[in-house]
Amino acid sequence: MTIELRQLTKRFGTLTAVDAIDLNVGDGEVLCLLGPSGCGKTTTLRMIAGLELASEGDVLLGGTKVNNRTARERNVAMSFQFYALYPSLTVAENLAFPLHGEKLDKAEIARRVAKISETLQLGGILNRTPGQLAEGEKQRVAVGRSIIRDPSCFLFDEPLSRLDVQLREEMRGEIKLVLQDLSKPTVIVTHDQLEALTMADRIAVMRDGRIEQVDTPHNVFQRPANLFVAGFIGTPQMNLLPATLTGSNGTTADFAMTGGQTMTIEVDPRVSELSPGAKVTLGIRPRNLEISREPIEGGISTTIDIVEPMGAETLAHLNDGHHDLRLVTDWRVPLAEGDRVHTRFPPGATHIFTEDEQVLRTP
Amino acid sequence: MARRNREIGKAGWGYTAITSVVGFIYFFPVFWIILTAFKTRTDALATPPKLFFTPTLDNFTSVFYRASITTGTSQATDMGLYFFNSIFIAGTSVGLALIVGTLAAYAFSRYPLRGNDTYLFIILTTRMMPPIVVIIPIFLMFRLSGLAGSYWGIILLYTAFNIPFSVWLVKSFFDELNPEIEDAARMDGATEGRVFFRFCIPQILAGLSATFVFGLILTWNEFLFALLLTGVETRTVPVAMARTLGGEVGVDYGLLAAIVTLFLIPIFFVTFLLQNQLLRGVTFGTVKK
Repeated sequence: MTIELRQLTKRFGTLTAVDAIDLNVGDGEVLCLLGPSGCGKTTTLRMIAGLELASEGDVLLGGTKVNNRTARERNVAMSFQFYALYPSLTVAENLAFPLHGEKLDKAEIARRVAKISETLQLGGILNRTPGQLAEGEKQRVAVGRSIIRDPSCFLFDEPLSRLDVQLREEMRGEIKLVLQDLSKPTVIVTHDQLEALTMADRIAVMRDGRIEQVDTPHNVFQRPANLFVAGFIGTPQMNLLPATLTGSNGTTADFAMTGGQTMTIEVDPRVSELSPGAKVTLGIRPRNLEISREPIEGGISTTIDIVEPMGAETLAHLNDGHHDLRLVTDWRVPLAEGDRVHTRFPPGATHIFTEDEQVLRTP
Repeated sequence: MARRNREIGKAGWGYTAITSVVGFIYFFPVFWIILTAFKTRTDALATPPKLFFTPTLDNFTSVFYRASITTGTSQATDMGLYFFNSIFIAGTSVGLALIVGTLAAYAFSRYPLRGNDTYLFIILTTRMMPPIVVIIPIFLMFRLSGLAGSYWGIILLYTAFNIPFSVWLVKSFFDELNPEIEDAARMDGATEGRVFFRFCIPQILAGLSATFVFGLILTWNEFLFALLLTGVETRTVPVAMARTLGGEVGVDYGLLAAIVTLFLIPIFFVTFLLQNQLLRGVTFGTVKK
């Protein structure tokens, strides 16, 4: 079983919520649709579910076009952001509800409910109504209800957004385990990158109805395809600095920063495709910056503005007079506000984005 | 939670006193009319007004049986029929309005049309003018169509009057529901009808009850159209009540008070039955989940 989207488009009046996206989710694969609110990820999910009709393009489930099938006929299971448990039914009835369409006898329904309640530890709450449940329990019931049938694929809309931090970590693990057992194509919508990075086999980063990059969590983080993905993935955010290329020799390049300081960085060989004078954006993760008390060859000089201890690490804001640079370093490194430090971008850690916001990198 | 309870307890006495006084002022006219219903004609007209008197049920008897002026024998009045008319007409028309209104409200809430708000506004405009404005055309329409004086005529009119109110109120209840639940039911194989009856309606029962009671009170008390459009057979209690004023023997306050007292009972009964639902209904949506 697979999910395939071809040039899928959704327009609401003049607004294009989803703009001709192509996407494949393989059998047993967990794909996260990640993006800021309003980027069209939930609309995409609802089109796969059959709750919204596509304006253009096709949805294929297992190779069959299902555009004109209703949600009911698509045999897709979905778990909703606000859980959408049936308020008038008990937990057991909620779990059993999706089975009513399948003409099973009572014993079989009871057996399946028992099995699910064991998997998700719902034993003690089967006779309660949703109003009497804690958030974490509601989430588990919602997941249970979506997996009790034998659907062709699973869709999750912001599955963890309503849980507190501790519960979220717990449920993340639980859902991941459940999904591994199911081995069905699964699409998870989330705006939380940590959720996406931890649960997904692949991540599709969306913005304004378009998919900006589809890749493994590792690659989305390490090899962002463009400026948007680079800035969106990773906390604290990647440092993105405007600069002008002044010269390159194939392995290293010189850049002039705003304010007159210059940097020499070991870069991807494709930078030599650019001519001197080209405007670029340099991207570097806060954990990759190297600092020193002494001036560094090819580095720039900065002042420490703010120091924010975060426990195991310290976040510091460095300022070269024009840009704010976020630095994350081990907590043992002594940093004080007002100190002058020198910093450089170590080899292989710098991402170069051209003026059209695309990355310049050897594939 | 404990803290909140204590705070309420602390302020309790002062508030209770004020609320009791206000409540008493509001309730006093009702109290007085019920009292009058048990008084003789002399007691009812006494100055200063009597608070203590020997109660009598004569007024209630004469609601249903009166001595004929010409023969002096006791004969049944039509008041029983009028009470039935009031209950039947109000109950049927408010019920119909609620059914139509609920279906329309669901459509307005879940399947908005182009210009949805305009339609809703147009529906509301029918309630914007005083009903007396349209009384002549309606009267003529009823005369020409033969609806005047019939049960279905007045029921149709009251239903039409109650629909805007039902649509608006019930729509607000539907708007408050989490549409995800309906989507979930669809995904789980429920048909549209099942989604509506099994999942939407049970969630707004309180709101429906409140809508029903409000409509019922309005319709129960309606006088103007009932006066013009009901006939001898379909007369409602407010009209019959007005007809006891004046007449051969002047205003019989005891009789009037007895009718009013009986007139209060059905509404009181319905409101009492639905009081829990009502409270939830009127506060529906005022607290965000």
